[in-house]
Amino acid sequence: MTQLAKSREALLALAIVVMTGLIALRFPDFVTPSNLVGTFNDTSPLIILALGEMVVILTKSIDLSVAANLALCGMVAAMMNEAGLPLPLIILAAIMLGAVVGAINGLLVWKLDIPSIVVTLGTMTITRGVIFLISGGAWINDHQMSELFKGFPRMSLIGLPVMSWIAIAVVVLLGVIVGRTALGRACFAVGGNPHAAVYTGIDVGRTQFLAFTLSGALAGLTGYLWIARYAVAYVDIANGFELDVVAACVIGGISIAGGIGSVSGAVLGALFFGIIKNALPVIGISPFWQMAISGTAILIAVAVNAREGRRAGRVILRTAETRS
Amino acid sequence: MSIWKKAISTAALATALATSTVTVAQAAPMRIAVVVKALGIGFFDAVHKGAEEAAKQIGDVQIIYTGPTKTTAEGQIQVIDSLIAQRVDAIAISANDKDALVPALKKAMQRGITVISFDSGVAPEGRLMQLNASSTPLIGQTLIKLAADHMPNGGEVAVLSASATATNQNAWIAAMKGEMKNYPNIKLATVVYGDDMADKSYREAQGLIKTYPNLKAIIAPTTVGIQAAAQAVEDAHMVGKINVTGLGLPSEMAGHVHSGASKSFAIWNPIDLGYAATEIAYNLATKKAVAKPGAKISMGRMGTVTLDEHNDGAMANPFVYDASNVDQFAKIF
Repeated sequence: MTQLAKSREALLALAIVVMTGLIALRFPDFVTPSNLVGTFNDTSPLIILALGEMVVILTKSIDLSVAANLALCGMVAAMMNEAGLPLPLIILAAIMLGAVVGAINGLLVWKLDIPSIVVTLGTMTITRGVIFLISGGAWINDHQMSELFKGFPRMSLIGLPVMSWIAIAVVVLLGVIVGRTALGRACFAVGGNPHAAVYTGIDVGRTQFLAFTLSGALAGLTGYLWIARYAVAYVDIANGFELDVVAACVIGGISIAGGIGSVSGAVLGALFFGIIKNALPVIGISPFWQMAISGTAILIAVAVNAREGRRAGRVILRTAETRS
Repeated sequence: MSIWKKAISTAALATALATSTVTVAQAAPMRIAVVVKALGIGFFDAVHKGAEEAAKQIGDVQIIYTGPTKTTAEGQIQVIDSLIAQRVDAIAISANDKDALVPALKKAMQRGITVISFDSGVAPEGRLMQLNASSTPLIGQTLIKLAADHMPNGGEVAVLSASATATNQNAWIAAMKGEMKNYPNIKLATVVYGDDMADKSYREAQGLIKTYPNLKAIIAPTTVGIQAAAQAVEDAHMVGKINVTGLGLPSEMAGHVHSGASKSFAIWNPIDLGYAATEIAYNLATKKAVAKPGAKISMGRMGTVTLDEHNDGAMANPFVYDASNVDQFAKIF
């Protein structure tokens, strides 16, 4: 199984390299170091959100409210900045608020036993409504944001912008959580076989609750990064982005049925999607084809994963050793 | 129903009696009602400002600035009914629904009230004329002129639009392309689409910067696009090399004008629109002009408007904002 998972990720990595090569044939500047750094930086929000989403999907759930949660936390961050609060406090508050929204999702799934797709569809709409209420529908524009607020994710640190470093830190953090902690193992167990997980003493609902809270906290962090990067906050920010996040997970080989997936898969899935998004504007393809290409990539990924899934057995409990 | 009608006509009669006693006493000022989509919107507060300016200039005009609290046609119908009861002389309205207001406005016209629509129009049978802030050809002319003004030696420009299927933007871009024959040294490199999403527009703008190293200007006829393009130009350190222009709101663009990413941009001026609507309403109500196809109606300092076969007219070119006036308007809308 480990071998299989490894080969799938190797396959995806190969696909990314081939795709980048093909793009370079049409637009050579795409593979310059500065452009690759730019592409990675542009994909950072997607990587962070995909990792949070991955943990939720592992537990046989789905979080459709990530983009709305991002927009809410971003708007609140922008409003706190307008009020003149210090940046560390703003970032902390954005993460906490995201975690609270995630925890509400988790509680509804856990205590009321409502399917997560329904819960998060509801909280997605509620969250967008709340943004409208707190902002009054008004935009917060770049000249209303402080230089530090906008500049922090852009600061360059050893050749990479801070936003990229934050994404890398989240990758490492999630690698540890998923691979080295009881929570990580519980997520695989809950998604792989919930009934068996109960018999091994794992609280299915509580695990899902923690997964949603983690996903929410990461959405909150991304909310700040997003607003600072695009220097504008309004109700419809990142509208529909939750589908990109789920798509990145699916491309990365995370099974929607739960229990199968890896951090490297989610990162590669996000990078695959991010490279497509960054390449399409420069290789001169009609906007109508762009959507078709993104959709085709998702379908191919799902088809490949479905075949792999049939051959593989389900992992119920995963030990720390197999992840290393 | 009949009781309701009676109640209304009684109320109307009562108000009429009450007002007529007052107006007889002091040489009746003309009362022009400016009905907006909803109260509390910065754009319409600026329209109000323009209407008051026109009233002051004309002299014997009193402006009644009103509208519902939410942008609904029902709310506007109630407002119109109450204005009919108050027997105002003219109504200038920006409609929440093209058709739903027609019966109420027809009733107003039957009572001798001059009805015109501005900004967001009413169907032709519900008003004497419609005043558009601008027109597709005028916007097309403005878009290319905004870019050309800062490109003395010509060069390449690119358009960053909303979605590929957006009707307004496509019409404006088509008009702009038609106008480009007058600018032989300016070449349109490409048209890309940001779907009015901040992140996609930003990425498309980045793509333009990378693909066209000689690009001189990005023209974005959409408020989301112009913002995102300006941000992308700033982040790519291309301020001074690439000028971002198009249609934007002063409050959203003020920062980018000061950073130099955008030298100028345009949008209709709501103050002028309120001023022109009031002038037209006054001229029609005093029978100084008649609204019919081909008619030319004076708009005071805004010149004259010429009506087309649907009694529609366009006020002016979009108003240009730059470093000298953007802060003043940023406070308004």
